[in-house]
Amino acid sequence: MPRTVDDSLFTETPDGTALLGSRCDDCGAHTFPRQGGCPRCTGTAMADVALAREGTLWSFTVQGFRPKTPYRGPEEFAPYGVGYVELPGQLIVEARLTEHDPDRLEIGMPVRLEMIPFRVDEAGEPVLTFAFAPAGRS
Amino acid sequence: MNAPALAIIGIGIHPFGRTEGVSGRAQAVHAVRAALADAGLGFGDMQFGFGGSWSAGDPDTLVSELGLTSLPFMNVANGCATGGSALISADAAIRAGLHDVGLVVGFDKHPRGAFNTDPASHGIGDWYGETGLMLTTQFFGLKIQRYLHVHGIGTDVLAAIAEKAFRNGALNPNAWRRKEISAEEIASAPMISHPLTQYMYCSPGEGAVAFVVCRADRAPDYTDNPVYLSGAALRSRRYGSFEVFSPWLALDAAQSPTVDAAAAAFAQAGLTPADVDVAQVQDTESGAELMHMAETGLCEHGAQEELIASGGTALDGRLPINTDGGCIANGEPIGASGLRQVYETALQLRGEAGDHQVPGGPRVGFTHVYGAPGISACTVLTR
Repeated sequence: MPRTVDDSLFTETPDGTALLGSRCDDCGAHTFPRQGGCPRCTGTAMADVALAREGTLWSFTVQGFRPKTPYRGPEEFAPYGVGYVELPGQLIVEARLTEHDPDRLEIGMPVRLEMIPFRVDEAGEPVLTFAFAPAGRS
Repeated sequence: MNAPALAIIGIGIHPFGRTEGVSGRAQAVHAVRAALADAGLGFGDMQFGFGGSWSAGDPDTLVSELGLTSLPFMNVANGCATGGSALISADAAIRAGLHDVGLVVGFDKHPRGAFNTDPASHGIGDWYGETGLMLTTQFFGLKIQRYLHVHGIGTDVLAAIAEKAFRNGALNPNAWRRKEISAEEIASAPMISHPLTQYMYCSPGEGAVAFVVCRADRAPDYTDNPVYLSGAALRSRRYGSFEVFSPWLALDAAQSPTVDAAAAAFAQAGLTPADVDVAQVQDTESGAELMHMAETGLCEHGAQEELIASGGTALDGRLPINTDGGCIANGEPIGASGLRQVYETALQLRGEAGDHQVPGGPRVGFTHVYGAPGISACTVLTR
């Protein structure tokens, strides 16, 4: 697999790359990324879990200007979508969206995880991060 | 109404905005001297100090300019709630019987442009900033988009809120933005983070505010127009609240820290939101004012559109909000911003707000700040 922004965020599943989170064995709360303590019940029995690759758009915006550092995207800026995606039974994850036209985004629409290049490294190779793409009406 | 412990007997401000060539510390000294003069006291009368600044120096070093009197001076650093925390600390010190009269000061001076924040300082991996997710502006876009959807509110209200901020700022000699901007121009300005445009956001800026405070029962010895801190509370976030710099949210939603802080401040004061005559709420951008109006209890969720459209939050409305132009017209020097709200409220309660005075002799004021990483500080002020 090509280089990712941070390998610890991801895990391979039979369905493809998924986000790697934690699940509390005591209360069932999920987190992303992984962490050692449960923010809901304060316990420490956190186990790794692959997060769902499909969900629904919970909120969205469009980044309209090039962020300052620590942003490492291309110098030539193109607006990008950002959203929160509800993964049923798990959590609501923040992510880039492949769509940046607000008229084509709608709260509640189905979306699916994709790995997308967000910059090119020193060797000219793409560096991947996670994003959600409209999944169409099913 | 419950008996307050702390009275504000002197108020001072350095104008907000950009003051080239004047350091944040110098602006703080200016505000302190103004507050002391207002109280008719000298720095040598101060028995303690609490001060806050995010990026303009250590507040306790102000003593080198104000006077080396050996007073205990504590620095307070609590993000957007720095000013409120300093005031709460002074209130606690007075309640504990440690001191009778002292100083509270907040000041700041930030570079131009949006804050850029290091993910590591928030316990988040570098990937979050590198991929362009670590922006406060983005968070506010995401939060208001969800809020408008849930409560069935249209986006027009966002421009109306900013229009009011600039209208009030134009009447306030200490404001940064002193030119009115129409709702049409605000709505058609460049989109920063959909649905929020450039003129709907406040900017980091500069400014300073100081207060001389004393035991409430001693206030009449110093002034005939004391303003009392009847309630003050700081709260952090609960599991499930929707806060800035959150790579994930819990499915089981919780109320914002604003709800907790406001309720605690009103309970301490023995008053309710219905008693409020004038309010200052955190308007980092238009959507924040919209959400905070309801989260503080000043109105119901979903009732804001009608209240704003009917002029209810204007200076002569039934619930004037952000009467000095708020963060949108004053900018947000973090260490000073919360105390600016208290300063404006004190002016209003003293009847000294001039062109932006609300009519009717307000008796109860309310202030609210909210910020990263999910904190809120509220005060209830009375005369």
